[in-house]
Amino acid sequence: MSQEILLTMRGIDKYFPGVKALSNVDFTLRSHQIHALMGENGAGKSTLIKVLTGVYPKDGGTIQMNDKAISPTSPRDAERYHISTVYQEVNLIPHLTVAENICLGREDRSFGLIRWRQVRDRARQALARLDLKIAIDVDKQLSDYSIAIQQMVAIARALDVDAQVLILDEPTSSLDEAEADELFRIMRNLREKGMGIIFVTHFLDQVYRVSDTITVLRNGELVGEFPAAELPRLNLVAKMMGKELDEVKELEKRAVGTTESGRKTVVSARRLGRKGSLNPIDFDMNEGEVLGLAGLLGSGRSETANLLFGVDAADSGTLTVDGQEVRLDSPAKAMRLGFGMLTEDRKYSGIIPNLSIKENIILAMQAKLGPLRKIPPWKANEIADSFIKALNIKTPSRDQLVKNLSGGNQQKVIIARWLAVHPRLLILDEPTRGIDVGARAEIEELIQKLRGEGMAILLISSELDEVVRNSQRIVVLRDREKIGELTGEDVSEQKILRVIAQQSKEGKEQ
Amino acid sequence: MRIAIIALFWLVMLGLLYHTRKTRNVVFWPLLALACLLFFNLLFTPQFYQLDWWEGHLYGVPIDILNHSSKVAILSLGMTLVIACGGIDLSVGAVMAIAGAMMAMMSKEMGYSPWACIAAALALGIIAGMWNGFLVAIMGIPPMVATLILMVAGRGVAQLITNGQIIIFNDPILTFIGNGFIAIPFPFILMLIMFALTYSFTRGTAVGYMVESVGDNEVAARRAGLNSRLIKYLVYVFAGFCAAVAGLVMTSNIRSADANNIGLNLELDAIMSVVIGGTAMTGGRFYLASSVVGAILIQTLTTTMYAKDVSPVVAPVPKALVILAVCLLQSDRVKRYLASRQEAA
Repeated sequence: MSQEILLTMRGIDKYFPGVKALSNVDFTLRSHQIHALMGENGAGKSTLIKVLTGVYPKDGGTIQMNDKAISPTSPRDAERYHISTVYQEVNLIPHLTVAENICLGREDRSFGLIRWRQVRDRARQALARLDLKIAIDVDKQLSDYSIAIQQMVAIARALDVDAQVLILDEPTSSLDEAEADELFRIMRNLREKGMGIIFVTHFLDQVYRVSDTITVLRNGELVGEFPAAELPRLNLVAKMMGKELDEVKELEKRAVGTTESGRKTVVSARRLGRKGSLNPIDFDMNEGEVLGLAGLLGSGRSETANLLFGVDAADSGTLTVDGQEVRLDSPAKAMRLGFGMLTEDRKYSGIIPNLSIKENIILAMQAKLGPLRKIPPWKANEIADSFIKALNIKTPSRDQLVKNLSGGNQQKVIIARWLAVHPRLLILDEPTRGIDVGARAEIEELIQKLRGEGMAILLISSELDEVVRNSQRIVVLRDREKIGELTGEDVSEQKILRVIAQQSKEGKEQ
Repeated sequence: MRIAIIALFWLVMLGLLYHTRKTRNVVFWPLLALACLLFFNLLFTPQFYQLDWWEGHLYGVPIDILNHSSKVAILSLGMTLVIACGGIDLSVGAVMAIAGAMMAMMSKEMGYSPWACIAAALALGIIAGMWNGFLVAIMGIPPMVATLILMVAGRGVAQLITNGQIIIFNDPILTFIGNGFIAIPFPFILMLIMFALTYSFTRGTAVGYMVESVGDNEVAARRAGLNSRLIKYLVYVFAGFCAAVAGLVMTSNIRSADANNIGLNLELDAIMSVVIGGTAMTGGRFYLASSVVGAILIQTLTTTMYAKDVSPVVAPVPKALVILAVCLLQSDRVKRYLASRQEAA
């Protein structure tokens, strides 16, 4: 397998208002190579890809493809240079057929009419190149197929332009394990055929399973290019986080204390439920304790949180706060009881994108004070600055619009919003989703600090190890029902998995 | 003397332009368009800058412009908040007619005191706003549809109040609202007062900030504990109130309640003022002063065309062009282009 250089990027610079997104980054891709591009959020991975595919113009540096300088002006233009991209969210049209999707915009025509037979043949050929195990009917509507198949179709479409460079931007984020395996097989296949593949991902396992070479970026700068076989996992994490090795070890080892008896109960739910959303469940939350909710997707974790915060009103059971029964039917009511909630979907229900960091931070506080008692500007500035510092939010100024921040920093802004109202009970629904390793560690540290200060915390995460690491007690959910509760020594990944597996076996026998 | 006044005016204008540009204030763009129009008139419309002081009143074309723009400016105050909240209110023109009809009817046919007439008309505007707010905020009907109902039905209601007649009245207090002078025309003074109150209320309290939050991301605002429904409801009530005030001004100005023509198409002018002012139709940040400048710009354009004898038949075309220009200047794409040019230079 002879490797020739396909693509070289040298000294790439890219500026955004107030931010240097890329500075002097080099990147080299060879044929017969799967090259992983790694880095935390905000490291510059997406920006580099977007510069390469012409979404953003570059502010400095050169790009060479097959020894010829190029500067693509759009993804379409990049395809002319045989550079093709498959994005994280499948960018296809669900209501068209597979064949139409593959050939869209470059159909064979005669006299202005589309020659459908040719289109179908071409689509079949494109799919054949992938050497798939399952047969895909090119005349079927794309939406009839699973996300995984849609992804394959997207790759087929990318290959239809004689791509030499294929960019896969987080291709596995919505695939299950078997589907990801299939994707990796295809990637290896394409590598055999001489293609250069740029693979952007968050998942460390996957990087080691398919990549030959790893390039690590951090804060818009190149950390280095390494052969995958010579870079141990721990070193990779360390390089991504810009930390020393022993620091990382400590982070992974950090253990969490167990529940002490005699803590004051803040909330107790009895037979709390809502039709069609959550079957009645019981749980207690105590001061200075993190209660984890574990379970698979769709098991009722977020639903539980929504009932507790009044986003949805419960239609059965009771919720007792400080010995008093309460009925929650709005977040405002829950806030008056001293509750706070970091929602699961940051974009949809978290940030106010076009307002500043400062305004986002004081939102809950102002909501609590009411419209007439405005927080004076000097105080708002003071609050914003103190949280920007305390939570290490990376921004040139408190007046920056929140939409311009990276995911991890946006998350910190929302956390600051809740900390500003000093809640006694904080619900964290997927607090580390879509954010980088460094910010994740900071948020986990913060959870423990708040717990130490006596806050009651409800932690929801689809990362089992994260729940285990941070919770003293865990409620296990399955199919919108509580199926177990673990405390103390029992809090471990194996125990949780066993509880979930056990229940489902019984379910099948019945 | 006249030249001194003109010079002083331009000095202030240029200062404002410089300052708003430097502070990246949104009001810069409508202000720039206004300055261009005024400069055109300075060159080509000699009578434009003629100001006369007569019997304690100030007269002249600029004064007329301020006078006539007041109605739309008042409407645009309410409209700005509605749009900032992610909504729109198409019914304000019809609500103007309703308020005017109520005032005229109570004064002429029932003989109530002028103050009672004014109060009743304003109350009716508030009720109309409550109706819109109810449909949008409580029932969840899309604002365009919800306010279209009153836009269509409102004129019928006004006809019902006036019994299909054009009611002419001559109460001195009621005619003062639209025709009075306290050195300068009273409608303009009324507009300034309304503006000052709205501005200080929205910015002095957290109301404006809450409106912006709800308009930018309603779900997130609600999850952060804001009562988004109440906020949306109240902006429509306020828009109804503003419409009633504008209705009183217009009805009083022509001394008669004409259910068919009062406020006709003015909802569109109000929306235009807000958009020219830089408040996005998708909600979020709003700029009250900028909306008022937008209203003045629209009126200046109309007056300029009258002055240049542009036929009313083709008048909408240049009007559309100026508005297009202002909107383009504010578009993200043009802004980015200008910014990149500036950095290159």
